[in-house]
Amino acid sequence: MSIRIIGARLPDGTSRDLFIENGRFVDQLSGSQSSGSQSIDAAGLIALPGLVDLHTHLREPGFEQSETVLTGSRAAAIGGFTAVFAMANTLPVQDTASVVEQVQAFGQQHGYVTVRPIGAVTAGLAGQQLSEIGAMAQSRAHVRVFSDDGHCVHDALLMRRALEYVTTFGGVVAQHAQDPRLTLGAQMNEGALSNELGLAGWPAVAEESIIARDVLLAQHVGARLHVCHVSTAGSADVIRWAKARGVDVTAEVTPHHLLLTEELARSYDSRFKVNPPLRRDEDVLALREALADGTIDIVATDHAPHPVEAKDCAWGEAANGMVGLESALSVVHAAVVESGMLDWSDVARVLSSKPAEIGRLSGYDSAFAIGSPANLTLYDPAASRTFSVNDLRGKGVNSPYLGRQLPGRVITTIHNGYLTVSDGELVDADTVAKDAVAGNGGAHG
Amino acid sequence: MRHLLSTKDLSRDEAVAILDIAEDMADVANREVKKLPTLRGKTVVNLFFEDSTRTRVSFEVAAKRLSADVINFSAKGSSVSKGESLKDTAQTLAAMGADAVVIRHGASGAPRVLADSGWIDAGIVNAGDGTHEHPTQALLDAFTIRKRLHGSASRGRALDGVTVAIVGDILHSRVARSNLWLLSTLGASVQLVGPATLLPVSTEGWPATVTLDLDAAVDAGPDVVMMLRIQAERMTAAFFPNAREYSRQWGLDDERVARLPAASMVMHPGPMNRGLEISSGAADSERSTVLEQVANGVSIRMAVLYHLLSGTGEARA
Repeated sequence: MSIRIIGARLPDGTSRDLFIENGRFVDQLSGSQSSGSQSIDAAGLIALPGLVDLHTHLREPGFEQSETVLTGSRAAAIGGFTAVFAMANTLPVQDTASVVEQVQAFGQQHGYVTVRPIGAVTAGLAGQQLSEIGAMAQSRAHVRVFSDDGHCVHDALLMRRALEYVTTFGGVVAQHAQDPRLTLGAQMNEGALSNELGLAGWPAVAEESIIARDVLLAQHVGARLHVCHVSTAGSADVIRWAKARGVDVTAEVTPHHLLLTEELARSYDSRFKVNPPLRRDEDVLALREALADGTIDIVATDHAPHPVEAKDCAWGEAANGMVGLESALSVVHAAVVESGMLDWSDVARVLSSKPAEIGRLSGYDSAFAIGSPANLTLYDPAASRTFSVNDLRGKGVNSPYLGRQLPGRVITTIHNGYLTVSDGELVDADTVAKDAVAGNGGAHG
Repeated sequence: MRHLLSTKDLSRDEAVAILDIAEDMADVANREVKKLPTLRGKTVVNLFFEDSTRTRVSFEVAAKRLSADVINFSAKGSSVSKGESLKDTAQTLAAMGADAVVIRHGASGAPRVLADSGWIDAGIVNAGDGTHEHPTQALLDAFTIRKRLHGSASRGRALDGVTVAIVGDILHSRVARSNLWLLSTLGASVQLVGPATLLPVSTEGWPATVTLDLDAAVDAGPDVVMMLRIQAERMTAAFFPNAREYSRQWGLDDERVARLPAASMVMHPGPMNRGLEISSGAADSERSTVLEQVANGVSIRMAVLYHLLSGTGEARA
């Protein structure tokens, strides 16, 4: 398959035509193929490198009522993603080579995105002993990111061991920073509002104290640390301090923590219940600043689909989590691009090249370069839409943005040189699966 | 008024109006036939996800005195999927044609979820939700204070200038929250008293002063001292060292009661832990309003049901 993209504006502001053949960018289409090539008019659209999500919950195996690798991959593609890192809290847990290989194979078979499984740090996410990190790293899934996400690796000695151990395999521990004792029964950000609403508080210090401990541990043992879903101004300060000291730490922020605040809990509408919880205005502003100044390295969705019944109840009984793949780019656009804090080249960095680098995913280090894998998305920044369930493609409808006006729209997504989204709609699953097989061997960086 | 979910939503005029209706309802209790035909043909459901015999019986008596049909629906104990049962139960009650649902639930905000859900089109009365609010308790407390202060001349009055100290487990108390909003709306000034572990970490925006020192609060001579119940589970969760120490520091004992001005009243929403947060001497003294609170609870709940169901508020859809 060959594709010609005419007049795309690149993240650096320049415009040029892009040519794709056999899964890679080429400087021009070869004569034999150009006749059968597809042309895409990209006038007015921004070409971004294929987005990479370092924090996705695909739920399969075990929780297929919430999401599957296929449905989550489709949600990712419509959001402009070409690669996702699938969190380990499946059932069975992704703590052995066989489970991560299965998840990776599902992703490859469906073909909408590259699926890179994340391995559990501890067996069964139980926080007791290390999982088979080496076996997962050396499996066909090439696991490089290890996380007990959903649970904090709170035992300091175990965390130290994990940080040390994964260095053997070039891996990174992605920590869900939450002191479990300080957040017993926690329901929302702790402060005046939680007290008024009578919901048990999740204090900022429960996140900040774990991050502070972990950056010091990482420095002490000379290991790499990644901090998941940073949610408070104080956490940004701690990470800024750690980076200044030379600690090898990276951090992510979710789109929802860049846009939404705890005030939404007033409705007791459990769509707004998420862990870590939505915080105060000043936290949102501090997180935007930290993303802009590089303290926070990337945006990751923490896409967390749930079946309707898990949210159709009182706040205290509802599951934590929001879906985010379909809306991520628009939310980043609204939160930090429209305000001028990030330009499109920054977006390409925080949503593509940097998350790929943290996750050791190749092929994303030189976007649009001749010879590199053709992963990209065409985005219409002038579009505007009232976000609704019709914009969702995964199984979950627990989006906090339903009914909210969001800018922009993904028009085209190309994964390894073939279309997964065309004219703003998903290419059908059979076509994508066939193209994925045809493309295999061609464009794997 | 379509629902009663929080006292924060009540305006001063609305609150005084409910207290005034409750005065009329109290008069009914003194008649030979303690019954009004007002809500004949209406169905009131007591939907209790938590045990509370006192509150349920109070609402039941209130509804029956207004001639409503009362259904007691105890939904406690569905541990598998409590949320599903809230929805299913609500839809079941809707199908049966409930006009008002009095709900007690362990999760804060559950009455609000019910009111906003579209699962049921009935007036919702919050009879206590988690650690959020207990509006009818606050209304009956305000009614009791007003009655003590003004007797038969209570009608039309608010609580301007009245000083109230609320003492104990403020953090977990729905009674404290509802009283905080209502009493301040009515013009009273509220002081919250308790150990730092049982006070909210932030009371920014709350119309109240805060002190850790019960002796200072007592010596300030408040018109009302409202003691809150200490739940047994607070003692096991290290909020304070033990019952003796709590009682010494924040219990209303005989010695502290004796230091209060002669006219100060002592309130407790019940059930009391005698010897822990309140001494028997304090609980049984002339100052104590505990039994009046129980009696006034029926009048207030009659007033609330009347207000919601008889069309005196906004027209119901």
